[in-house]
Amino acid sequence: MAASVSLQLEFSGGAELLFGGVKKHHVTLPFQSDACDIRHLLVWIKQNLLQERPELFIQGDSVRPGILVLINDADWELMGELTYKLQDEDSITFISTLHGG
Amino acid sequence: MFAAEDTKSQDLLIQNLENILNKIKQNKTPFVNENFQHFLNTKNGYLVSSLVTEFLQFFDLGCTMAVFQPETGTLHGSDRGNLAHVLGIVENENTRVGPLLLEVMKRCQNFSSRGDGSSDSSLPVLHNLVTELPLLEAKISLSNKAILRYSRQLVLPELGVKGQLNLSKSSVLIVGCGGLGCPLAQYLAAAGIGRLGLLDYDVVEMNNLHRQVLHGENRQGIPKSLSAATTLKQLNSEVEYICYNMTLTSKIALELIQQYDIIADCSDNVPTRYLVNDACVLTGKPLVSASALRMEGQLTIYNYQGNPCYRCLFPVPPPAETVTNCADGGVLGVVPGIMGCLQALEVQKIASGIGTSFGQFILMFDALEGRFRNIRLRAKNQNCAVCGANPTIGVLQDYEAFCGSSASDKCRTVHLLSKEERISAQEYKKILDEKVPHLLVDVRPPVEVDICHLPDSIYIPLDKLEKKNLDCLNHLKRKLLEGRLKTGEEMSFPVYVICKLGNDSQKAVKILQDLSGKELGALLAKDIAGGLMAWSNKVDPTFPQY
Repeated sequence: MAASVSLQLEFSGGAELLFGGVKKHHVTLPFQSDACDIRHLLVWIKQNLLQERPELFIQGDSVRPGILVLINDADWELMGELTYKLQDEDSITFISTLHGG
Repeated sequence: MFAAEDTKSQDLLIQNLENILNKIKQNKTPFVNENFQHFLNTKNGYLVSSLVTEFLQFFDLGCTMAVFQPETGTLHGSDRGNLAHVLGIVENENTRVGPLLLEVMKRCQNFSSRGDGSSDSSLPVLHNLVTELPLLEAKISLSNKAILRYSRQLVLPELGVKGQLNLSKSSVLIVGCGGLGCPLAQYLAAAGIGRLGLLDYDVVEMNNLHRQVLHGENRQGIPKSLSAATTLKQLNSEVEYICYNMTLTSKIALELIQQYDIIADCSDNVPTRYLVNDACVLTGKPLVSASALRMEGQLTIYNYQGNPCYRCLFPVPPPAETVTNCADGGVLGVVPGIMGCLQALEVQKIASGIGTSFGQFILMFDALEGRFRNIRLRAKNQNCAVCGANPTIGVLQDYEAFCGSSASDKCRTVHLLSKEERISAQEYKKILDEKVPHLLVDVRPPVEVDICHLPDSIYIPLDKLEKKNLDCLNHLKRKLLEGRLKTGEEMSFPVYVICKLGNDSQKAVKILQDLSGKELGALLAKDIAGGLMAWSNKVDPTFPQY
């Protein structure tokens, strides 16, 4: 069992603006993979990556309405949402939905 | 020598003028032209003289007015608002930069150019009400003309004659004739769709043209639905175009949407997206939805063949402050163009019977990386408020209240400051003219400062000010010190904050008020209401608008 989890995090649809305008972040979490789910990841992101206005990203213990979370290119609802156990080299994407036309 | 000759000519001239004046005085009614007076007494005559008066006033041609106004009985001056109303001109930021006469000219030109290539009887008709449309007739076979016209797609085995006939008996409602709606409508019309409903509440503006490619320079001020249909009619006159110059509301949505086979959401705001979704679920129509902003696009087909609806994915609307419109966030024109084309593709696939590829998928397009991604979505939510097993939404709601935002993408106006904490663009002009010592702080992002700015302003982007960026605060401190040296230390130094429209500047004033007396020393911060766009509208018409 790995002592840490490496993840590819991606923010798009404008969500990246809360992260200094950077879309892709390769991060290593100091958790054991069996102890780390998306709920933990959100807390870690809030403490370590988020640069401004956390309320525009997180509400309660989940993401705010209008942000779609993808786990390896699939809707997180198909994967257990907050309880999904992160695997090494997972790709997690946060997409703010667009409304312009 | 020259001087003597000049005086001589002057004397001669004055003598001549005096002679003429005397002749005029002898005549009892010197300037009265009967035809002119008669004309002035008609309604049109009054409108013309009011237009000329407004024109003279607009350009401050006071000396000319001194003669014109008494002659025409428009001495009290014209009421522009009233005049515009009588002429049926809806004023907006584009019309206000010129005299009303210019708007009248533009409209005349638009009318004559609309005749190009199409006779008057074929002009699209603008609907201001939802009326019951006759059923589209299903054709049994293709005419020779249609075979020739659609031959290049007819030979595709995936489409074939059957698919083409299906297209010709399908009707599609396009909600929003903007960056998405234009290319969508264009390809559907070209492909031979039966009927296109074109809905938009807005009129064409100059800043639309980089992405809304069915409109044109000569269409400014014209309803978008009408402008789109006018262009489409030239592309394919066989298609039936129905123009709806209106906002889609809960009152009309069901009646309108149930008349069409497929609905395309090309709108630009959250309340409309929920409204279109709910109306599609309640009437059982497939919804081909796309959106675009900056350099990204998204596409999904909702409520089709048991797949999820928009509410299944987004049961709760996003907080209003997280939603960015095209004016604030920007959009590269071709990005909605690509997304609108993809919508056209999926509408054609559904209408012809091929079926869609995005029923339970969302397509994400990142233009910067040149990357398309297909994301597998959740299934229909059995607890969905509108399409679930026990729906709680049986009638359409108040979507603006539900979303906490308005059903348009126009910029919101915030009210953070009191009247005393703001000055108008004209008042700021006076401060400049009187050389009152002050500091002007422009809080727009650098990319907007590059477009245009006022001289002698210092630039501190709002986001840096919010974060109390040290470099920025030091810069501000230095400039305040320089200013105070010139005026003496006693007073609170005046700081005027400006942005594009006067929203961000209010936020910045709040921050500066917090800093006043502390690290920045005593200052009196006010913002310029309406921002640089008000400056352009009210003070300096040569200043660009964006």
